Amino acid sequence: MLKQVTAVTAMNLRAIPQRMGTSWVIVIGIAVTVAVLVSVLAMVAGFSKTLSSTGRPDRVIVLRGGSNAELNSTISRDNTINIMDAPGVKKDADGKPIASAEMVAVVALPLKKTGTPANLTVRGIGAKAPELRPEIHLVAGRMFQPALRELIVGHAAAVQFQGVSIGSHISVRNTEWTVVGEFESNGDAHESEMMGDIETVLSAFRRNLFQSVTVMLDAPEAFAQFKDKLTTDPTLMVDVKREPDYYAEQSNRLNKLLNFLAFGVGGIMAIGAVFGALNTMYSAVSARALEIATLRAIGFGAGPVVVSVFVEALLLSLIGGAIGAGAAWLFFNGNTLNTLGANFTQVVFHLTVTPQLLLSGIIWSCFIGVLGGLFPAIRAARLPVAAALRAT
Amino acid sequence: MSAIVSLSNVVKSYTRGKQTVEVLHHLSIEIAQGDFVALMGPSGSGKTTLLNLIGGLDRPSSGEVKVAGERIDQLSSGQLAKWRARHVGFVFQFYNLMPMLSAERNVELPLLLTSLSSAQRKKNVQAALTVVGLAERAKHKPAELSGGQAQRVAIARALVADPTLLVCDEPTGDLDRSTADEILHLLQVLNKDHGKTIVMVTHDPKAAEYASHQLHLDKGQLVEGDVKAAA
Repeated sequence: MLKQVTAVTAMNLRAIPQRMGTSWVIVIGIAVTVAVLVSVLAMVAGFSKTLSSTGRPDRVIVLRGGSNAELNSTISRDNTINIMDAPGVKKDADGKPIASAEMVAVVALPLKKTGTPANLTVRGIGAKAPELRPEIHLVAGRMFQPALRELIVGHAAAVQFQGVSIGSHISVRNTEWTVVGEFESNGDAHESEMMGDIETVLSAFRRNLFQSVTVMLDAPEAFAQFKDKLTTDPTLMVDVKREPDYYAEQSNRLNKLLNFLAFGVGGIMAIGAVFGALNTMYSAVSARALEIATLRAIGFGAGPVVVSVFVEALLLSLIGGAIGAGAAWLFFNGNTLNTLGANFTQVVFHLTVTPQLLLSGIIWSCFIGVLGGLFPAIRAARLPVAAALRAT
Repeated sequence: MSAIVSLSNVVKSYTRGKQTVEVLHHLSIEIAQGDFVALMGPSGSGKTTLLNLIGGLDRPSSGEVKVAGERIDQLSSGQLAKWRARHVGFVFQFYNLMPMLSAERNVELPLLLTSLSSAQRKKNVQAALTVVGLAERAKHKPAELSGGQAQRVAIARALVADPTLLVCDEPTGDLDRSTADEILHLLQVLNKDHGKTIVMVTHDPKAAEYASHQLHLDKGQLVEGDVKAAA
């Protein structure tokens, strides 16, 4: 049996060059499908990676109860003190809580690529923010000074926006601010922001309410104690979330949309590719009808014929899948994109074509190949030998 | 000599739409072992249908088909495929060689259905190509061979597994006169010197003269012939 399968399959594969035109239909159809699927999923992976890399399990963000994001949250000055004094919050050498009460505001600045304005987050941070977020480090210029209208800009924002280089002046609420430094933050969401002194930012926006408090815990295990204290305090109406959970939630909505897009569009394209594969394999079976009938007349069974059609469909699909996944990796992996994040501001992220995505692209191509080869293989097996021989 | 092919009261009909067309009407014939029979008759007379029944490519609507003592009309299509591999060598009008395979690989195909070793297969292929006078073209592909040479390769393929029966459907239909004569002479040699039983369909009376017996069919019935008609 194995000898039969090998012989018939080898014969079939050696005949592919004679059917090159139709074979390309499978390869190209599947390559395009897989490339689209993998690149959209790479957006999901990149966006998720950026947001999920923002935060640590021993850091907690506190928002007003029911707020989905910082932009629609408010916390009074009194409450920020209660939050920072809660048990479980890490203290520095002087016994001060390592925490930052913050506000976020949005300024519209032109994008470098298109010149059209897009929203950029300006985050007011407290004095303890550098200890709270040690991953933030300056790569150029200097830190802003409290009480001065100075900002530092994240690297991703500096790449994307015009007029935010060091020394630039930005108008915020009719006040002029100077960019004095540029920072990196391990590629997380904060790199798409600008930061300044919280009191100065509050004053510029004529506000007296904060929007979030981020605290460092003594240890990740202190979360339950901290949360219990805050959620059982009748003077506070807050939501308490570990940073990774908060940012994962922020990415959820877009991830769902992108997943729907990837599998919706990818699925429709895959259906097209299946029909392309079916058409090609039916043509292949039709072109080989005499060969198949001759082999059957000689005594070859239907099994080896079925396997040979399947192997051809799978091989062509795998080639298409590999080309599509390879193209997605070559052209899109590491590309920078930006999209609206939770605060209606731009979040910059990199397309990430992971090995898992490449594998899932290949699996999709196999799936298309199996579906595209199935019915033609059945037709090949059922080919009436005498009639096929007579048709010549 | 004993009958190697025996058809008894065979009917073959096809359904086309709502119509049933009977191609063979209660046909009974016997072909002796070592015979060379030419099946003749006008187009549509049922020659190829009869040949397909004898070669196990098709099954009758009713009646018995016995070859080498075995009722092949009762075999399933899978069993028929195995039976054909053991008992029948086919020669087609247009050779039906695999274009991507060399002559020797084409000839080897029926041996892939046996348990012979690779070395034994190679030896048998060489012997079959020598019988048909094409040992030196073993490495050539069908496109590099003339029509006559391609048909010789097809005959070698039909012979190589030493089948009980050679079934030839218009083996010279695509060849010029002199090449056709060479092929028919080769079939005659295989019949006389190697004892092969041959059943050949042909339109050509000159080709039929190479056979030891002739059967004439018309409208699905035997009209004359010197092979024993059992009906």
